[in-house]
Amino acid sequence: MTWNRKDILDIESLTVDEIKSVLDTADGLKEISQRSIKKVPTLRGKTVILFFHEPSTRTRLSFDIAAKRLSADSISISASTSSLVKGETLIDTARNLESMNPDVVVMRHSSAGTPYLLSQKISTPIINAGDGMHAHPTQALLDMMTVREHKKELHGLRIAIVGDIAHSRVARSNIVGFRKMGAKVRLAGPPTMIPKGIESLGADVTYDFEEAIDGVDVIMVLRIQKERQRNYLFPSEREYAIRYGLNMARIKKAKPDALIMHPGPLNRGVEITPDVADHINSVILNQVTNGVALRMALLYLLAGGVRNAADH
Amino acid sequence: MRLIIKGGHVLDPGNIDVVTDIKIDDGIITDLKKFESDLPDNDTQVTRIIDAGGCFVVPGLIDMHVHLRDPGQEYKESIETGIHAAAAGGFTAVCCMPNTNPVNDNRQVTEYIIKTAGQFHSVKVYPVASISRGLKGLELSEYGELKEAGAVAVSDDGLPVSDSQLMRRSLEYAKGVGLKVISHCEDPNLSAGAMNEGLMATRMGLAGIPNASESIMVMRDIALCELTGTPVHIAHVSTKESVHAIRDAKSRGVPVTAETAPHYFTLTDEAVRKYNTNAKMNPPLRSIVDRDEIRKGLADGTIDVIATDHAPHSVLEKEVEFDRAANGIIGLETSLSLGLKLVEEGVITFETLICKMSKNPSKIIGLSRDISVGAPADLTIINPTMSHTYDVEKGFSKSKNSPFNGWEFKGMAVYAIVNGRVVFESK
Repeated sequence: MTWNRKDILDIESLTVDEIKSVLDTADGLKEISQRSIKKVPTLRGKTVILFFHEPSTRTRLSFDIAAKRLSADSISISASTSSLVKGETLIDTARNLESMNPDVVVMRHSSAGTPYLLSQKISTPIINAGDGMHAHPTQALLDMMTVREHKKELHGLRIAIVGDIAHSRVARSNIVGFRKMGAKVRLAGPPTMIPKGIESLGADVTYDFEEAIDGVDVIMVLRIQKERQRNYLFPSEREYAIRYGLNMARIKKAKPDALIMHPGPLNRGVEITPDVADHINSVILNQVTNGVALRMALLYLLAGGVRNAADH
Repeated sequence: MRLIIKGGHVLDPGNIDVVTDIKIDDGIITDLKKFESDLPDNDTQVTRIIDAGGCFVVPGLIDMHVHLRDPGQEYKESIETGIHAAAAGGFTAVCCMPNTNPVNDNRQVTEYIIKTAGQFHSVKVYPVASISRGLKGLELSEYGELKEAGAVAVSDDGLPVSDSQLMRRSLEYAKGVGLKVISHCEDPNLSAGAMNEGLMATRMGLAGIPNASESIMVMRDIALCELTGTPVHIAHVSTKESVHAIRDAKSRGVPVTAETAPHYFTLTDEAVRKYNTNAKMNPPLRSIVDRDEIRKGLADGTIDVIATDHAPHSVLEKEVEFDRAANGIIGLETSLSLGLKLVEEGVITFETLICKMSKNPSKIIGLSRDISVGAPADLTIINPTMSHTYDVEKGFSKSKNSPFNGWEFKGMAVYAIVNGRVVFESK
């Protein structure tokens, strides 16, 4: 298919064909990272701005490496180094960035919806690298890529997502993505962490961890953010680990070959025990590896890589 | 100065309902009868004749809940532009909330507002002073002096009075002074969010504000109203639970009154889709169930008043990240049209609409608003069929933060008359 979409703002707006196209492209690009010289000239002369308004190590590094392996020039700016600290509005900052003619802006922001705001104001393609509690489309795509790699087919799979659903953009994007691809999604967590109306995205909800992972093909564990304790969401990490932590006894409930996933960073001993994190079925590090390929695919598709490829 | 309004359907609910002419001399209604000829030709005193054929002539509309932003935030609105926006919406009077800078908690600010508004000989402006000094919720403002200066009510609007003891004392003390207390009902510990709690908030990844954050305080204020025997007026009701609580209180004879805003009976949280900051306000737009209960409350008399909560904000506050955007929308120039839409949809009668937008709010703040000989000529002339498209860029308000831009309406105010002076006429 030809790629016509300007921005990657969320999973909801992507069609099934577009998702497949991204995953196929990523599969093809993965091999580049295994070469001894990990660089192709595909995006030579293109500029990618990594505009990160919220702290991030993994995602930013992943985009940075992805851009460089395609020979694009990538530049990072963060809230603390941009003019935002001098009182410039977000839109002004974005317009200034646009005036320097970048080919893609990758954006991370703590406020939900911010990539939408920017996409209305600037014509540069935007990739949402996480906006508040709303969406994290590249994480969902790399998760789908990782599952597809191991299970061949997403359709008909049963996925459990456990933990703090309410505050998780990863959960939201994955629910939408896996449902779109024909998988079944079950959610579990304490009721304080299950947001109102989440079932309407097509997921089943339970407060019982064991029930949620019973017979599933994939267990996706979400990170518990310690600062949430202040909002009375759970009494203590100790009790959370006991009731909702993924441990060796619990994974027996799932299929024997069930994949264990986590978007990182891990709180070992809280939402996941160390032995489960390092389990043979754990694909947590494969997720990170695939993240680079997936982001290469998106940069390639959005920065005019398709057109370049046709020129060859 | 003599003004004649000819051939209008004069409707003053509970008082007059007839097609007749009105004679106004020096701002006072002096005659209410059909004149024999088309024009009293021989009457040399007539300075103006308005043909109101096909229109309703009603007691001047009053919006008892607006933010004029003056003093302090004149880049959003000034008393002058706010007055013109009000007049264009058919209003002849407004009550302005005290969250200005400085706060209207003293004689100087109250007098400044009244004096400034008076210069324009237009829409009447009745200041609402603050319940607590500086809106801080710690001590009472000086109600006696504020009343003397011209305040008609007190409210900490924009902020709740969290301390129940302070709220109790405010009600008690205000009773002695003769000021109405208007309550902004919100439990801030429950309301830390950016939009209504529910499906839309979950999908959009925004922290939600549950209905209970409002109704919990509505119930508290009803309890304090019963305790003190002092009337309380509940501002901007948005939830079905609040409507239930007020309906129940009224049935027990508790002297509580309530208002809602046009957006709460028109829109739902669906309007926030695509992170539209012009649909962000506090309380937030709620679900369809709430919207329908608000309509029911308007129809059965639970909700007495339609007030806009006109809240001008510039692009500086609105063209930003959704959770950082300011709360509120402008409403003066769309309120009547949205009310007429309710009439069109059969939710309330036209007569009821006039009660909610004129008779009831006047009564609540202690003003009279009658069309009778000897009364001041504060009148609104409404053409109920004239269709128009609302273009916010052509509006009179300095700010443009309306979710109704581009809406098509049937019915609008064609004249606003204050003390016998035409302060607005539609071109």
